[in-house]
Amino acid sequence: MNIMSEAAVEKALDGKMNDISYKMIGRDVSVYYGEKRALYDVNLDVRENTVTALIGPSGCGKSTFLRTLNRMNDTIDGCRVTGRITLDGDDIYDPAIDVVELRARVGMVFQKPNPFPKSIYENVAYGPRIHGLAKAKADMDAIVEQSLQKAGLWNEVKDRLQESGTGLSGGQQQRLCIARAVAVSPEVILMDEPCSALDPIATAKVEELIHELRANFTIVIVTHSMQQAARVSQRTAMFHLGNLVEENDTDKMFTNPDDQRTQDYIMGRFG
Amino acid sequence: MAPSHIVSAYDEELKYLSRRISEMGGTAEQMVADSVRALVTTDAALAQKVISEDIILDNAERQINEKAIVTIAKRQPMAADLREIMGAIRIAAELERVGDLGKNTAKRVIAVQSSGMPRTLARGLEHLAELALMQLKEVLDVYATRSVDKAKAIRERDDEIDAIYTSLFRELLTYMMEDPRNITPCTHLLFCAKNIERIGDHATNIAETIYYMATGSQPEGERPKDDTSTSVVAADLSEASE
Repeated sequence: MNIMSEAAVEKALDGKMNDISYKMIGRDVSVYYGEKRALYDVNLDVRENTVTALIGPSGCGKSTFLRTLNRMNDTIDGCRVTGRITLDGDDIYDPAIDVVELRARVGMVFQKPNPFPKSIYENVAYGPRIHGLAKAKADMDAIVEQSLQKAGLWNEVKDRLQESGTGLSGGQQQRLCIARAVAVSPEVILMDEPCSALDPIATAKVEELIHELRANFTIVIVTHSMQQAARVSQRTAMFHLGNLVEENDTDKMFTNPDDQRTQDYIMGRFG
Repeated sequence: MAPSHIVSAYDEELKYLSRRISEMGGTAEQMVADSVRALVTTDAALAQKVISEDIILDNAERQINEKAIVTIAKRQPMAADLREIMGAIRIAAELERVGDLGKNTAKRVIAVQSSGMPRTLARGLEHLAELALMQLKEVLDVYATRSVDKAKAIRERDDEIDAIYTSLFRELLTYMMEDPRNITPCTHLLFCAKNIERIGDHATNIAETIYYMATGSQPEGERPKDDTSTSVVAADLSEASE
């Protein structure tokens, strides 16, 4: 894998990180599934070129919040979102917003690798094609190669691009899904437990990749693994019973959190 | 009191560490008290007992470290749990050093024995040891209670020990200048005094570790220092005695 060192990522971001800029801003975000309220007035700002981890026990609302960021909840019957979420200052729930275009800017990687039952090449080329990002075959070839490079998969698949994506190992499939998300040049990548179906080595490769992607993208990741959150993110947000209880620097969060509920959760104690 | 862990074996592992630290503390305290008593009463048998006990602390420190390493590997501790385990490792190392200092003092008993010791000097050493032992005892109580305020108070009191150490230093130097035959025993006593003074420093280190374990931050500001023995010179002493 062609991976940037930690120092190289820091260098690439030098200057950019000195003044914090917020890519997405959530204000008083509440989500209802029918009568049931899943999120309570969440205020969370997502910093640009930063990995933000969302943690908390099952049913705490972290995945629900993640899905509000690219309107994934629109597809669920009876789901209602109130409050305001902006991407670069624009309200993403504005009726004038093109949801397809929004999801190209805010991409998503799911828990289980879900490549299309097509060739590796087609898996990556599909998004750019429907968004009309490549005019000629050569352009598309370049996008596919760059995306697979960014996902750290190029060297493993360059000689078998026409083979089926479903024939890859689990870890390779997940990196293919990341390449697919990256191919449409998103600004934000949402990841919903991207490593929960992977073995430790594949997990390490994806984590290394997340770290490198930060140079070019803003990443929000939901994870059940506290150690993973501690390893990959710079900011961590803790959810509990539909509330955001604490958002802090990751280093602080896992050594000395401010909120007792965070403390109990990360230490595996009874709340 | 924090709620229990979901995995109860984890609680047991942390309890094991704090129990072993308390045991180490008790042994270290006893060794230091015995070493000073052996010194002022020139009791070679008691000194020998202290020397033979050092292995207990060495083994305990090793066992605590092994348990801590396994616990970190198995539980991947976070926040207060992580600080608790790191603290146990550090405190075990401090207590092991305290035991070494007690042992070193005990080893010098034979050398000092032959020449005897002026009564005032013995009193000075006893007083220094009382203060150092009090620091050690209190810091071990603080380990049990995790009182942040008391940890801070102990840290701020180390200067008293430093001041007595400096005055002992001057006194020993004076004896040596009076009669060259005093040089051998007084040099040994100087090391003994230094050993005891160091015990106060270790107690202070432990207090700082406990403060960190409880709060997650380091205590602010420099710890007070009153050890001016580094600048004592013989010329000053002879002027003063003239």
